[in-house]
Amino acid sequence: MTSIHVTLGDVAASVALVAVALAISLWERTHLEGDVLVAAVRAFVQLTAIGYVIKFIFDQDELVFVIALIAVMVLFGALTARRRARRVPHAFWPLLIALAIAAVTTLGLVVALGIFPATPRYLVPVGGMVIGNAMTAAAVALNRLGDDVADSAGRIEATLALGATAAEAVRPVARRSLRSGVIPLIDSTKTTGLIFFPGTMVGMLLAGAAPVDAVRLQLVLLYTLLGSVFTAALVAVLLARRNFFTPAHQLRESAIASSG
Amino acid sequence: MIPSTVPALFALEDLRASRGGRVVLDGFSADIPHGSTAVVGPSGAGKSTLLRLLNRLADPDAGAIRYRGRDLREYDVLALRRTVTLVPQLPSLLDGTVAENVAYGPRLAGGEANVERALALAGLADGFARRRVGELSVGEKQRVMLARALALAPEVLLLDEPTSALDAAARSGIERTLLHLREELDVSYVLVTHDEAQAERLCSGIVRVP
Repeated sequence: MTSIHVTLGDVAASVALVAVALAISLWERTHLEGDVLVAAVRAFVQLTAIGYVIKFIFDQDELVFVIALIAVMVLFGALTARRRARRVPHAFWPLLIALAIAAVTTLGLVVALGIFPATPRYLVPVGGMVIGNAMTAAAVALNRLGDDVADSAGRIEATLALGATAAEAVRPVARRSLRSGVIPLIDSTKTTGLIFFPGTMVGMLLAGAAPVDAVRLQLVLLYTLLGSVFTAALVAVLLARRNFFTPAHQLRESAIASSG
Repeated sequence: MIPSTVPALFALEDLRASRGGRVVLDGFSADIPHGSTAVVGPSGAGKSTLLRLLNRLADPDAGAIRYRGRDLREYDVLALRRTVTLVPQLPSLLDGTVAENVAYGPRLAGGEANVERALALAGLADGFARRRVGELSVGEKQRVMLARALALAPEVLLLDEPTSALDAAARSGIERTLLHLREELDVSYVLVTHDEAQAERLCSGIVRVP
């Protein structure tokens, strides 16, 4: 595979497109100029920093650094997703465990199945993708769970009143939350190649890879993501749903009250 | 006459309970005997909260509740809720048919429901079993809620203003059903109502919440 070299000049030139975004934002008074600037600057700083981190890890070629990087990504993923799951009491731990399990099982499986070797060059980018997508799915699922438990409190309590356990009473709500967490990825997987070209494929094609190779690698990653996203959303919902209830199968008033 | 040694159905001792961060019951004590008892009082006095305490949908902040002489917390909570079953104020059914809703409680306990009998007790004709919940009027839904509770063959029904959302005709229908239950079945009920006349019509005892 040939390698592609992108100069800082090329990056600077692409800022012209950010200027287009800013111009449209000003013209249409969307008041998003500040957000666009912050997003563009953050992307530059964060990607540059992680670029150096990844270079360091590749140079060391030690798995312990890979594990440390993935642990940090899981931690930040859980902290970020928690902000989307405000209506779920104590959402941090379910999210942290969900992302950790999704990362470990997914990476473990792709290595065990011989799809990728257990080296930093593969584990770091695949891990980053897995955790990023798992975070989004878990955050969407818990966001929905928090809203739906508050909205369905009457129905949940009516079910508890018949002698249902907390898990039984919240099951329809939990199922909807799980679905809303994973449906975006299923939809984008369905339309991939038709409506949009996924990032890995674009990157490989730009880097000069043969289209067949680009497609195959993209397929491996899409299938990997499906598994990891379902795992993360399921674990997050299963762990988080308990936080709405007391051990005596009572819906916590604070869980509903804190949700307004 | 020999003094009765049978304990009250519920004995409430020095209860304090809050709802929405506000103390609604404080130092409240009362006995609720077997049979039919109305809980009356002004709105916001804690009538519904009291009902929720009786099947442990909530626990009091302080004080004790005894059911048939034993502390409520000594019972298995899931079994207790099947024995002391709450029918909430607003009908809240699961999506699906009436039969699925009525069979739901007994199925959770691993048993079979006599759907027709439960519907008949709640004053609903056989044909209702196949109706979908979304097609029902509020009054019909309230009866299905009652049938769903009766399918568990409870010892006590806790009824939270069961007629408050109904028009006059549906209200008197539910009232007739409750009177029929009182006469035909060995089931006690605790009825929360803000309507003193209804309390007189349906219950032999009254507990006032200040």
